[in-house]
Amino acid sequence: MVEQVAQMVVHGEAWTIKDLFVLPNEYVYWSIQIVMYPYMTGLVAGAFVLSSLYHVFNVEKLKEIARYALVFSFALLPVAMMPLMLHLQQPLRGIHVMMTPHFTSAISAFGIVFMTYACIVGAEIWFVYRKFFVESLLRLEAKSERSGFESLLLLIYRVIALGARDLSHKAIEADHKAVKLLAGIGIPVACFLHGYAGFIFGSVKANALWMTPLMPVIFICSAVVSGIALCIISYAIFMEIRKWAARRGKSFLLPDAVAHGEHAVDVDHLRSVQSHEVTMTAKYLLIFMTLAITLELLDIIFRGYTAVKSWDILRDVIYEHDFVKIFIMQYGIGNLLPFVILLLPGLTVRRAVLASLLVLFGVFMMRWNVVIGGQAFSLTFDGFMHYHLPIIPHDIETFKEGLLGALMVITTPFVIFYFLNMIIPAFMEDRDTH
Amino acid sequence: MKRRDFLKNTAVFVSGVSISLSALEFIDPKELLAANPKLRWGFLVNTYKCVGCGFCVKACKIENDIPLEAHVTRTWVERYVMTKSGETIRDCPNGALAGYTSKLLDENASGMRLVPDEEITQAFFVPKLCNQCSTPACVQVCPVGATYQTGDGVVLVDRKWCIGCGYCIMGCPYGVRFFHPIERVADKCTFCYHRISKGGNTACAQACPFGARQIGNLRDPNDPVAKAVMNERVGVLRSEYGTKPNVYYIGLNEEVR
Amino acid sequence: MKNHVWRPLFVVLGLVAGILLFRLVYVPADFGTQEQGYTFGFHRLGNEQEWKDYPAKYKNNSYCTECHDDKVKSWEASAHAIIPCENCHGAAFGHPDKPEKLTIDRSRDLCIRCHAKLLMPSSGRNKIAGIDSEQHNAKTECVECHNPHNPSLEDM
Repeated sequence: MVEQVAQMVVHGEAWTIKDLFVLPNEYVYWSIQIVMYPYMTGLVAGAFVLSSLYHVFNVEKLKEIARYALVFSFALLPVAMMPLMLHLQQPLRGIHVMMTPHFTSAISAFGIVFMTYACIVGAEIWFVYRKFFVESLLRLEAKSERSGFESLLLLIYRVIALGARDLSHKAIEADHKAVKLLAGIGIPVACFLHGYAGFIFGSVKANALWMTPLMPVIFICSAVVSGIALCIISYAIFMEIRKWAARRGKSFLLPDAVAHGEHAVDVDHLRSVQSHEVTMTAKYLLIFMTLAITLELLDIIFRGYTAVKSWDILRDVIYEHDFVKIFIMQYGIGNLLPFVILLLPGLTVRRAVLASLLVLFGVFMMRWNVVIGGQAFSLTFDGFMHYHLPIIPHDIETFKEGLLGALMVITTPFVIFYFLNMIIPAFMEDRDTH
Repeated sequence: MKRRDFLKNTAVFVSGVSISLSALEFIDPKELLAANPKLRWGFLVNTYKCVGCGFCVKACKIENDIPLEAHVTRTWVERYVMTKSGETIRDCPNGALAGYTSKLLDENASGMRLVPDEEITQAFFVPKLCNQCSTPACVQVCPVGATYQTGDGVVLVDRKWCIGCGYCIMGCPYGVRFFHPIERVADKCTFCYHRISKGGNTACAQACPFGARQIGNLRDPNDPVAKAVMNERVGVLRSEYGTKPNVYYIGLNEEVR
Repeated sequence: MKNHVWRPLFVVLGLVAGILLFRLVYVPADFGTQEQGYTFGFHRLGNEQEWKDYPAKYKNNSYCTECHDDKVKSWEASAHAIIPCENCHGAAFGHPDKPEKLTIDRSRDLCIRCHAKLLMPSSGRNKIAGIDSEQHNAKTECVECHNPHNPSLEDM
């Protein structure tokens, strides 16, 4: 019997190139989707923390972006789960995490923490928008003739209002109290949601790069940073689109106007709100960035200083193989440059958006360098694995865990947000809320 | 008031059902070992005896239906060549499925490398397989209870329950786990559980002409493996991870990781 | 209408109850904490039996002897007696019914697994007679000159 030489590609083989001595079963098993996963979860958690700054700590300056951040966080929620499903070898069995959770595993917490978090965000939105739900409900009911779309909208409002139509002063007060409480509970849960994503990596004792108790904290800080940055960018862009659309009357770009009429949008007002909110939020971005960078540098310095057995290979990975990715792309372009841009006096919306874009890129590179970098060397400390992101897919695997799969994950929240905006207008201004 | 009480009770009931108390308890494995004294599977590898023929790898793949052409394997044999300049070169082409038949050392992307005979100080082979750890890191990290340790100490994977997240593959410090290319779930050496639990030998140990591999019961004082573990100088791989392996090696040295 | 603030909570509780109910139906009855405790022994008990029932492909030498004792004799006296029959003759699973005949590996690749000359001090490999496969009659199969059941060079 002669050994067959025909190819059978095993999971990971398509994008892994081995160099020197690597064990036969070692591949880059956790690829782009596992980079996306903490990135997307981070965006969810960060957006929520931003909205809570207003709701809990009464940071009035963030009032308008807070509501937007909350709705956007909700739109991001289902997407945080997507990369995991795309990565699983048996996606249909994903439900097992909820069915037989094995709590000694960091991943098993996902089902429960994620659901808890989803419920909190959902409930908070319900309380923030309840008044709006009921008003819309009454307005639509009062209409003598309803289009098909309006009937659908009415049905949705009837369901999500949960029959609570009381708009008395007392009831509204109760809503506000509930929002504050939920936002307060939400912050630790959001931190937990993301801290445990860091724990997933930090607790893998077999991986020399991942294993550090700092990992969860680093993940939380960079999560808040990326969440705020995404809110700044998307808020500025959406406002830009809204201004443009409001001038030109392209109402299909104004989902809330589609649902609730043109009067919801006013161009001049939009401009002043946009500039104020974006520059204010940028300040908070700076604070969290400082924290995140400090921790990350502390981690590298500590490893170099203590220089245990694994340092030889880690040094090769950090200072040679991944030097450009870590020091140029992550720290240089992703941290230092936006830091300078944000600190220069006279911050404009355009500059804040540019800085935020760089920050988002920097945080993405940080996730990449952790997830892929952690698999860039063999367990034997004697060889390397190079990861090549599949760009043109040639089978389902290289689609799911390739460039297209990642792009799919990135675009989905915006699609969800568009439709969500019809039901829950994120840009709605309401002077007597709070 | 009544409604509040009802809510409270419901909350207590729900949390009680969903989070069982045992979740928070980390059980001491020593206690467990003591509770099951009769059988504990262990493995002995004699690296002096191994000649790098790779019959074990081939037998394992055929016995356990791991496609021969797939570049993953439940067991493999590594070659170590040490030179006068103090360098250690390791290689393991395709897990040594076809054995070692060439002096060229396979360095993957860096190509083949020839070490002249006169440069070699020592050279040997090291067979590897799942260590069936007493405190397996892979089992601890499985989020759904799809991989587990049996009463006699073998770590198995439930192919009908595994979700294929790869956390166990990441958690194993020895790189013994992989995704089965056909079953699409995590896979690993089972010590040929279907053979040993019927009194047979593992496929790899049976295929080894030189007796470099042996399976036995660590709890039986008359078992040759248990005796060797007791009476000879044996070592385990990477004890620093605290996984307490049950595969013992004769002739292990510092370079073997 | 007074207590409308609790309504989202009822929805959540309903959801939790739904999941727990589904769990009752979905999770096999033998799933739970077994012998090794929750950390290492949380699994579906039935899976242990499934693994025990996995079909074995390799028999062993005594199985071969049952029918082929004539062939076994010559081999038993030779230096190759340490090599199990199935290493070269193939796994005996199903034989002699299906497959009726096993495919024997007589290739040069098989022989040089042990007999390719490698300098391996501190390993048993050094004690095995070896050849440089590219120099030693490279074009011919080993079995044309050597008898695998009696490899002794004196008897050639």
